[in-house]
Amino acid sequence: MPLVENGKIVEDRYLRVDDAAPLPERTPVIVSAKRFFAEADALTRRDGSVGVLWPNDRRVAELQPWLGHLALVALHFPKFRDGRAYSQARLLREQYGYGGTLRATGDVLRDQFTFLVRAGFDSFEVKKPADARVFAESVERYSVFYQPTADGRVPALRKRVKKAPAAKSGETV
Amino acid sequence: MTSPLEQKKIKVTGPVVVTANRTGDGAVIYRLADGGWTTTLDGAAIATNAALAHELMTAALADDLGAVGAYVAPVKLLPGGQVRPGNLRELIRLGGPTIELPVAIATAARVLESEHART
Amino acid sequence: MYVYDAFDRTLVTERVAEFRDQVARRLSGELTEEEFKPLRLLNGVYLQLHAYMLRTAIPYGTLSSEQLRMLAQVARKYDRGYGHFTTRQNIQYHWIKLAELPDAMADLASVGMHGMQTSGNVVRNITTDQWAGVAPDEIEDPRLWAEIIRQHVTLHPEFSFMPRKFKIAVGAAAHDRAALRIHDLGLRLHRDDAGELGFEVMVGGGLGRTPFLAQTIKPFLHKRDVLSYVEAILRTYNQFGRRDNIYKARIKILVHELGPEAFAKEVDAEWQSIKDGALVLDDAVIGDIAGRFQYPVYEKLTDSPPQLAAARRADRGFDAWMTNSVANHKVPGYAIVTLSLKPEGGTPGDATAAQMDAIAEVADRYSFGEIRVGHEQNLVLPHVAQRDLPALWRALDAVGVALPNVNFISDIISCPGLDYCSLANARSIPIAQEITRRFQNLDLQRDLGRLHVNISGCINACGHHHVGHIGILGVEKNGEEFYQITLGGKADENAVLGTLIGPAVPYVQVADVVEDIAAAYLELRARPDELFIDTVKRTGIEPFRERVYAAR
Repeated sequence: MPLVENGKIVEDRYLRVDDAAPLPERTPVIVSAKRFFAEADALTRRDGSVGVLWPNDRRVAELQPWLGHLALVALHFPKFRDGRAYSQARLLREQYGYGGTLRATGDVLRDQFTFLVRAGFDSFEVKKPADARVFAESVERYSVFYQPTADGRVPALRKRVKKAPAAKSGETV
Repeated sequence: MTSPLEQKKIKVTGPVVVTANRTGDGAVIYRLADGGWTTTLDGAAIATNAALAHELMTAALADDLGAVGAYVAPVKLLPGGQVRPGNLRELIRLGGPTIELPVAIATAARVLESEHART
Repeated sequence: MYVYDAFDRTLVTERVAEFRDQVARRLSGELTEEEFKPLRLLNGVYLQLHAYMLRTAIPYGTLSSEQLRMLAQVARKYDRGYGHFTTRQNIQYHWIKLAELPDAMADLASVGMHGMQTSGNVVRNITTDQWAGVAPDEIEDPRLWAEIIRQHVTLHPEFSFMPRKFKIAVGAAAHDRAALRIHDLGLRLHRDDAGELGFEVMVGGGLGRTPFLAQTIKPFLHKRDVLSYVEAILRTYNQFGRRDNIYKARIKILVHELGPEAFAKEVDAEWQSIKDGALVLDDAVIGDIAGRFQYPVYEKLTDSPPQLAAARRADRGFDAWMTNSVANHKVPGYAIVTLSLKPEGGTPGDATAAQMDAIAEVADRYSFGEIRVGHEQNLVLPHVAQRDLPALWRALDAVGVALPNVNFISDIISCPGLDYCSLANARSIPIAQEITRRFQNLDLQRDLGRLHVNISGCINACGHHHVGHIGILGVEKNGEEFYQITLGGKADENAVLGTLIGPAVPYVQVADVVEDIAAAYLELRARPDELFIDTVKRTGIEPFRERVYAAR
């Protein structure tokens, strides 16, 4: 399952570690939510980044106190039709200001790339190699967006208006 | 007829065929015994037990490129050997809607129009 | 009507290009049907009994004559020469080939039309009142707000894979012609005591297996907050709507299970976090969208020009049509005209390509090139000068859309049913056709007065049978078609679900039953002008039940 970041296929720096397995030294790791809360202190203090794999049926508000310590949050799409992780991603980016890596895992297909990028994901465990190879061109497919998200693109509603509204702190225009 | 899209287990209580829609144009098709599809019921493979039906379905589902939405549909076997659709839904799928399509009206309107134009 | 700018057009073009690629990948085998199905649904492409079906969006039911001509062209080129107008103000084509779809969609895109929002678990076509912008009792044109919301929810990255579909309706009059309370989200535009413009927000309506009427969770939402509040509702639904059971996945179930107060609290908590952010609708943004709404330059005319009265006296047919199909307009000297797509023996809501072309022509001449599609499956010409009504009537009569049966018993709302639809349990169109034949006498129809018959071929209720004055639901019993009859449903501001009157009746008896019900009404009504629906409310269903089941 190829990993795509910055528009290309890359090696995964992170190691997915099972709940019972020992933690390797210094290697960045991704652990389950269960393990993270059980060992939060140790995990956030170790020498090496920590990421958590968060289920899509649990509120991300629970993670909020820990976001400063998490280098990566992996969200999950059990089936691509189950779009709960899009909301989780936007909440993390736009309401909690999460600045670390936001990874999409599970049933991640080409036709969702643009949505995923707009929702704030910047790391993608892509299901099919053929899809991973065309990531960069897929996200160039659309040039017009109606909705403001945290992806930095100016939505059409704003582009049309001659005078930009006064920016509030944290607001993306 | 209760949508066979809700079928879970194949229950065979009479002769059945495996039917689907052709991917490219959505036309109604029936599975043939030696693979492939036909648009008429006559040559379609008929299964009389669940095992045979299951075999046909497996082959049908494997042809994801050629056919969409395969399922098991009942048929009636007439004494002369002809095969007929086994319920109203299958009758409509094979024969088309039970109502006259508006195009018939359109044609009549055009005839009237040209009559009018001449007077 | 709204005129697309470069942004809108570009988006539609990009969408067509993406779909063309997806179809190619499906036909080459690169995409399986399981992967392709949700993608084609995002473009309004369904698989039905005989072929693929293309549902094309007609945002809030407004069409230009140019667009209507293109709909005719698509019917001719890619289908069998006709189209079907739906109960959500869209159009459907029932004989589409997948391989030809990208070309059909490119043709539609050339006039700013598309299949986005017509299927899939997204926000669907936002509907409104077919008299929007011209009705005398309206606060303001609701279509401005429908368009603002439409853009916001189109290809929304967060809300394209929700638990289930989401239907929004916007209304702007005290009398609800948009059926707000049977929608997932109904927004009623009105002014508060300070004169500020805002919305009553109603959530959790919907028909189908478990029908519910929407509940008000916010009596007044200021207009500037409508996008952020809608976002909060959708986010709450996307996260907490059920995904374990397709029949329990609509927001109405979530509202019911949480209770409206708890649901409103959840929405409000989310809303507080976003209400002052990027979704605030300032005057600049509202004004920009409003600026692309073109309105006719009306002439200064007076009501009831004398030639109109003379024409009515001279021709009984014209007079009947005036009484039935022509409604008051907010601008003096103008009128709103309804075109009946319910001919005797016809399929409710169908129009041929020739008819569409003719109506486009007539719209250019008499209605500033604008046509509306109503959820009752009729069309409307919204800007007709009263002095043009006699000529208009003759033109419409020639096309077969001037039958003066609007709102009468033969003005039936019906889904396509088992003749077309793969979800259906029974046929609906032949039932409708037979009813129109039994009641073809216009004097009888006039005597019966306003009487809405709604027919659905399955429990998904696309014919809105729950809110019909007479509701008819097709079911299957032992391989035969049977029909449940309900009475007393209404879809307006006093919305109520109909009541089942007894056991389902077989196919051949349905028209007889409707005749019995009509006859019972004529006997039971307190006065000739007591409407059917009011008689049912007064007497209850018991006398009707007795009459129908006495000999059955």
